[in-house]
Amino acid sequence: MKLVSRDIDKNDSGSVSLIPEEAEDMWHAYNLITIGDTLRSTTIRKVQNESATGSVSVNKVRTTLTIQVEAIDFDTQGCVLRVKGRNIEENQYVKMGAYHTLDLELNRKFTLGKHKWDSIALDRIEMCCDPTQHADLAAVVMQEGLAHVCLITPNMTLVRAKIETNIPRKRKGMCQQHDKGLEKFYDMIIQAILRHVKFEVVKCVLVASPGFVKDQFYEYMFAQAVKLDYKVLLENKSKFVLVHSSSGFKHSLKEVLQDPSIASKLADTKATGEVKVLEEFFQWLQNDPDRAFYGIKPIEKAADQLAVETLLVSDELFRSSDFKQRRRYVNLVDKVRESGGDVKIFSSLHVSGEQLGQLSGVAAILRFPMPCEDEDSDED
Amino acid sequence: MSRHRNVRSMNFEDEYYDDDDYSHSYDDSHCVSPGTVAQFTFNRDQNINLTSYMGEEEGIPEEEEEDISDNLQGSKDYSGPILSDLDEGKLNSCLEEARNILGESVPESVMREVILRHQFNLEASLDELLKMQDAPKPQRQPRQNRRSGSQAAASQLTGPSVILKTPPKSRSAGNDRDKSGNDSGIGNDIGNVIDSAEALSKVTVTEKNHVVINYEWTQNDLSADLKNSKAPSSEESSLNQPDLPSSDSKYLNVTSTRVTSDNPESVETYKSVMDDSPMDFILDNAQKVDSSSTSKRDRFIPPLPKSSSRSKYEKVDVKEEYAKRQGGKDKINLVVIGHVDAGKSTLMGHLLYQLGNVNKRLMHKYEQESKKLGKGSFAFAWVLDETEEERARGVTMDIAQTQFETPGKIVTLLDAPGHRDFIPNMITGTAQADVGILVVNATKGEFETGFESGGQTREHALLARSLGVSQLIIAVNKMDTVEWSKFRYDEIVKKMSTFMKQAGYKEENISCIPCSGLTGDNLAHSSKEPLFSSWYKGNTLVEQIDKFIPVSRPVDKPFRLYIGDIFKGMGGGISVTGKIASGNVKQGDRVLVMPAMELAIVKGITINEEAVSCAFAGDHVTVVITGVDITNLNIGSILCSTDVPMKAATRIRARVVLFNLELPMTKGYTVVFHYQSLTEPAIVKRLVSQLNKSSGEVIKKRPKCLTKNTSAVVEIEFERPICLELFKDNKDLGRFMLRNSGQTIAAGLIEEVLKTKAGDEVESAAS
Repeated sequence: MKLVSRDIDKNDSGSVSLIPEEAEDMWHAYNLITIGDTLRSTTIRKVQNESATGSVSVNKVRTTLTIQVEAIDFDTQGCVLRVKGRNIEENQYVKMGAYHTLDLELNRKFTLGKHKWDSIALDRIEMCCDPTQHADLAAVVMQEGLAHVCLITPNMTLVRAKIETNIPRKRKGMCQQHDKGLEKFYDMIIQAILRHVKFEVVKCVLVASPGFVKDQFYEYMFAQAVKLDYKVLLENKSKFVLVHSSSGFKHSLKEVLQDPSIASKLADTKATGEVKVLEEFFQWLQNDPDRAFYGIKPIEKAADQLAVETLLVSDELFRSSDFKQRRRYVNLVDKVRESGGDVKIFSSLHVSGEQLGQLSGVAAILRFPMPCEDEDSDED
Repeated sequence: MSRHRNVRSMNFEDEYYDDDDYSHSYDDSHCVSPGTVAQFTFNRDQNINLTSYMGEEEGIPEEEEEDISDNLQGSKDYSGPILSDLDEGKLNSCLEEARNILGESVPESVMREVILRHQFNLEASLDELLKMQDAPKPQRQPRQNRRSGSQAAASQLTGPSVILKTPPKSRSAGNDRDKSGNDSGIGNDIGNVIDSAEALSKVTVTEKNHVVINYEWTQNDLSADLKNSKAPSSEESSLNQPDLPSSDSKYLNVTSTRVTSDNPESVETYKSVMDDSPMDFILDNAQKVDSSSTSKRDRFIPPLPKSSSRSKYEKVDVKEEYAKRQGGKDKINLVVIGHVDAGKSTLMGHLLYQLGNVNKRLMHKYEQESKKLGKGSFAFAWVLDETEEERARGVTMDIAQTQFETPGKIVTLLDAPGHRDFIPNMITGTAQADVGILVVNATKGEFETGFESGGQTREHALLARSLGVSQLIIAVNKMDTVEWSKFRYDEIVKKMSTFMKQAGYKEENISCIPCSGLTGDNLAHSSKEPLFSSWYKGNTLVEQIDKFIPVSRPVDKPFRLYIGDIFKGMGGGISVTGKIASGNVKQGDRVLVMPAMELAIVKGITINEEAVSCAFAGDHVTVVITGVDITNLNIGSILCSTDVPMKAATRIRARVVLFNLELPMTKGYTVVFHYQSLTEPAIVKRLVSQLNKSSGEVIKKRPKCLTKNTSAVVEIEFERPICLELFKDNKDLGRFMLRNSGQTIAAGLIEEVLKTKAGDEVESAAS
């Protein structure tokens, strides 16, 4: 993302102009835009003209509109962001108050105005404009009969392909069917890799599985690559790394990212950092449950006593359409920061973020043990 | 455009099948009649040097080795007499007919010979061929007797002495008689029965040929009689004319005259061919013969023989059938578990070999090949580890399933992988088992690694316990590596028995057997090793297996079969395998495939490669179903009865016992849910309450987290609906396991289904 201009006054109201450059930036934009903001961008609108004689002609016009946001829609797979709202600046084609849906496009500037830019939003702008934070990863997690081909960007884990086939089991004297099934399964994975993994961007492809599936697949893939002349694969052979995972389900990506053998390769990408912190939280929960809290209420209490050392928050909470709710979390984050605590904002698109989301979305490791009463009634 | 599409789809098909082997290509060649197919297969086998083919069939004590090779030589070089074109044609048509009825159970050369001898008279040759197969049976009477029981053969002969003498063939021959001249499908059925009966009783080629000679002297006169006897019945059935008294009585005459012949067994065979006639139809009692002749006539009154036999098939009282089958040996499902490299596969491979289930030649081949790979000691494991990958790595990766027999039991053996990555497979196998053998490695240091917290000895034992395996043999393997030391054995036994008690096994259900899988000591026979036999006087492994207490099976509950494997078998339909968890299934039944909610029809059932008409809870079966799309079938889908279908749940409440967790369980905990053959990701959505481990009282409501070794009630949600049975309805099917990051973290019992497929909440008012 490129920051074009920034105009935020003392009261934290103002606007920011940004140019999204890659798919992930849409994700950031999605996290920045909340209901009630104003958004200005170029768009295409169908305009009806009525001539003096009464004949109606419809034509499409590219125009710049400013809307007040009423609904936001994000497609995680395609990384498309659609924002619906009412026009607040009349122009020659569109009247005041007319509804319009803006499709944010790559490489087109948009301007976002807020009454109140909070610390979370400002952090995010900073983060998304930081070009050093790019480490694209691809991962294939598999087990016999099931594979997920995923792309891992700093803020997103996208499942690009889920491959599920039946592989006949070995039976007495009938192993060919098993082998055939397996080869077909591998072929499908290879196709998925070729289709979805952009080797120019991706630094490393993790191949993870329990047992020997990964080794078998690795061998098979390069044998096929030689046979069928998949140059891309051969050229990027060094990017493939084999890692152990306990299953082929998506959540075992967490294990993959934890693996010490690849930790060095990934340096400190956001994904691995998140996994590590979450792990730490669970460690505390195991060893000293009085120092690991989850759920907003007990954590707020703890924060009041300056007890929070590390706060884990899912970014999902800041997308809340309820302004008060959002305010509450932002305050919590600010409070923890003031007291010198560390705040980790998890991307809800990562596996670890998903898990945190299940844990009410907010968790904390405390500096000192606090007795926890659990009369809080958290639903779900 | 559409033409273009055609071309494309054709290409796809080509690609799909082009490198398929023979067994697959039948799939697409529907147009070929099964008879032709049978002939075709056989010819292929015939054309190859027969050694490998024969080798697999025999499974024979070594002394017969020479004979076999002689015979093989004979069949290889066999090139019948030179025939005129006309005769050749006749011969071929006879051959085909015969094959329709007999399947592949008789070598072609023998068939040719017989047909030629009878001058292309099909009936006569068939009779002779069929009889030939009967013949060797008497040599193995005790076995066959049980066999016929277990096969639930249609014989309703109840007198024990006669049962003894009624080989399974009686049934097939009976069928043949009833349906003579009917379609080849049934012929194949018979062929199968014959085939299997033969394989089981280990009739060898030698024996067969031997028999041919034996029979030679009675053959000529008998076959003529047989021809007569055959003719009327077939005529009757085809003409639907109930009484042909003259021919009938003639037939009976034949029988009674044959009573005097030197071959009582075959007479009895024929008697049972006449089938439903009561058992007191004693051989030389003329009056009884008369009465049975009337009964026989009665039996012929129902017109269409084919349909009548079909309907008879279905009307068979299931319970009766089951009771009859249980009359023989007990069936038991045995899983072999233990730490990786404890020698599970080798132990069982060697056991199978000693019991004669693996023939020597094959074993020799394995030995050679494994030596070539530098893994000579893995030869026995190759009996069970059949995929290339498993052999190359020397690690079992998936469950291998075979069957063997002990004096009192038919044992379905499931060899589980020990490697921790393959525990999902092991769970699938163990869920299907009733009893188990836990193999531990006696070698210094190896036992300890397996037994420590990271080892699979513990985990497997716990898993087996939680999956309902209550009887366990601890096989202390590799005793040869510790010089058969009694001290070492006692040490291991002591450690294991304390642990097993902790794990919740009852002492009387645990037994320890020292043995060695590699040397084969104390498996089927007691050891000849002096160091060992000096102190060990107890049971051998096989004796101990024989002592397992049979388990009761929920035969009368609604039918359920968890699909463990799906493949395209020969012919049409989809084959699925699995253990029947409860109830029974018959050929022609309509079953429901859940959670896809599709109706399917059971086309065929096989147990251990034998076609059967019905199967019961506890059987490992391959069921051929039609009417469903293969995409609607998943591993873990279920076949269930249409009367009492299963519910598909997306959210359940369960009571769990947590094992050694590294991380505490909180809500939102992602787990892998293992249930029977099913493996699904799931999320612990809610911790309802923490329970006292022993008393089950609620200690705390809504706990924040659950740490290791606690018991709790939790709610679990799945990504897609899965079929479950509540613990209170079925104890075996109500259990599941939870795993995370390669560790088994909990075992659970399903208490309630909270949400079903449609997303509608099941009202929990009941609880």
